[in-house]
Amino acid sequence: MLSPEEWEIVALSLKVGGVAVLATLPIAFAIAWVLARYRFPGRVVLDALVHLPLVLPPVVTGWLLLIAFGPFGPIGRWLESWFGVSLMFRWTGAALAAAIMALPLMVRAMRLSIEGVDRRLEGAARTLGASPWHSFWTISLPLALPGILAALVLGFARSIGEFGATITFVSNIPGETRTLPLAIYSALQVPGGEAMVTRLALLSVALSLGALILSEWLVRRTHGERQRHGD
Amino acid sequence: MAIDIDVARRLGDRSIAARFTAGPGLTALFGPSGAGKTSVLNMVAGLLRPDRGHIRIGDRTLFDGAIDLPPEARRVGYVFQDGRLFPHRRVRANLTYGHDIVPAANRWMTLDEAVQFLGIGHLLDRWPHSLSGGEAQRVAIGRALLAGPEILLMDEPLSSLDTARRSDIMVVIERIRDELKLPILYVSHDRAEIDRLATSVVEIGE
Repeated sequence: MLSPEEWEIVALSLKVGGVAVLATLPIAFAIAWVLARYRFPGRVVLDALVHLPLVLPPVVTGWLLLIAFGPFGPIGRWLESWFGVSLMFRWTGAALAAAIMALPLMVRAMRLSIEGVDRRLEGAARTLGASPWHSFWTISLPLALPGILAALVLGFARSIGEFGATITFVSNIPGETRTLPLAIYSALQVPGGEAMVTRLALLSVALSLGALILSEWLVRRTHGERQRHGD
Repeated sequence: MAIDIDVARRLGDRSIAARFTAGPGLTALFGPSGAGKTSVLNMVAGLLRPDRGHIRIGDRTLFDGAIDLPPEARRVGYVFQDGRLFPHRRVRANLTYGHDIVPAANRWMTLDEAVQFLGIGHLLDRWPHSLSGGEAQRVAIGRALLAGPEILLMDEPLSSLDTARRSDIMVVIERIRDELKLPILYVSHDRAEIDRLATSVVEIGE
């Protein structure tokens, strides 16, 4: 059904999306937790920064990544000299671009579920002998879990659909940075590429639809649970 | 075991103050709603920090300005008005939650004893959302007892129950008072409840 080249594109997309989402998960959770639980100076700024990729043209986000992570950029130079690592034109750079674009969606989903955790249950756990950490692992985290899973799925779907920031930041290199959307774009430029475009586009639709249905189901589960417990 | 409490705390434009000593038996904190009875319990449990004062149980100081033990180190059991069972854990896992984390030396009741004492053996595999108000309150009491407390706080534990369940739970509370001999601080605004249960009464309010 799919040619070896197309399989490679799918595998690369899944790799980029998977790495992007898994690497972002702890960071997004920490930001969501801080935004949901604490009032501090700079909270509004943090909130706005996290949401910026959602409203900026993706090409601007890609350009900003290029400036920061390029060979002469502040972060790029540091990565190069300390670790000998460069993200330029590499799949890791595509994963970074996807991660930045997925961050706001993931933070939003997790923040909602963290805000839905009844803090009085944490107090009850403390009176039963639980340290703050133990109460976090046994009460807060399990209760927020459906939202965390929904964030994973949504972030993954967003990551494998990433186009603008990726092509700006790491270009469109077959086998390295050419994920599904970039491959579709490339095939559109080639005479006779329609069949490939159709197959890849259908695959895109199936992946995104599957992710949406899965995350909707997870969110419903959280709400259902909350209603049952009369929160 | 003497419980010596003298606490004050401002919450918004309310000031809450309480000063009393309680011996064994059930000490009822009585007063109009809004007088801060629940806040006093929260301060004893370590969930609300007093602005000043002290809280002592026997020769242990839980709070005195310099000392401020976290809730998990206080050995103060708390039965909340709404039960506050963990919705993602079955009844058995709710009961053993504290039992499994406190030091073994602090425990004075086994799971079997608690289940027997409260008559909740048939509920162990149920989820909290499937329990009636009276059942949930029994489980909440069992969960608090199993964590090995030295005193028990109860915040209007009967208020969400119908008349029949109320007298069931009152029997349980009397047995905690008389058989287990656990000192209880009990918040209520119901005179009849207090007349039946209290060994002494402390008025909270202006």
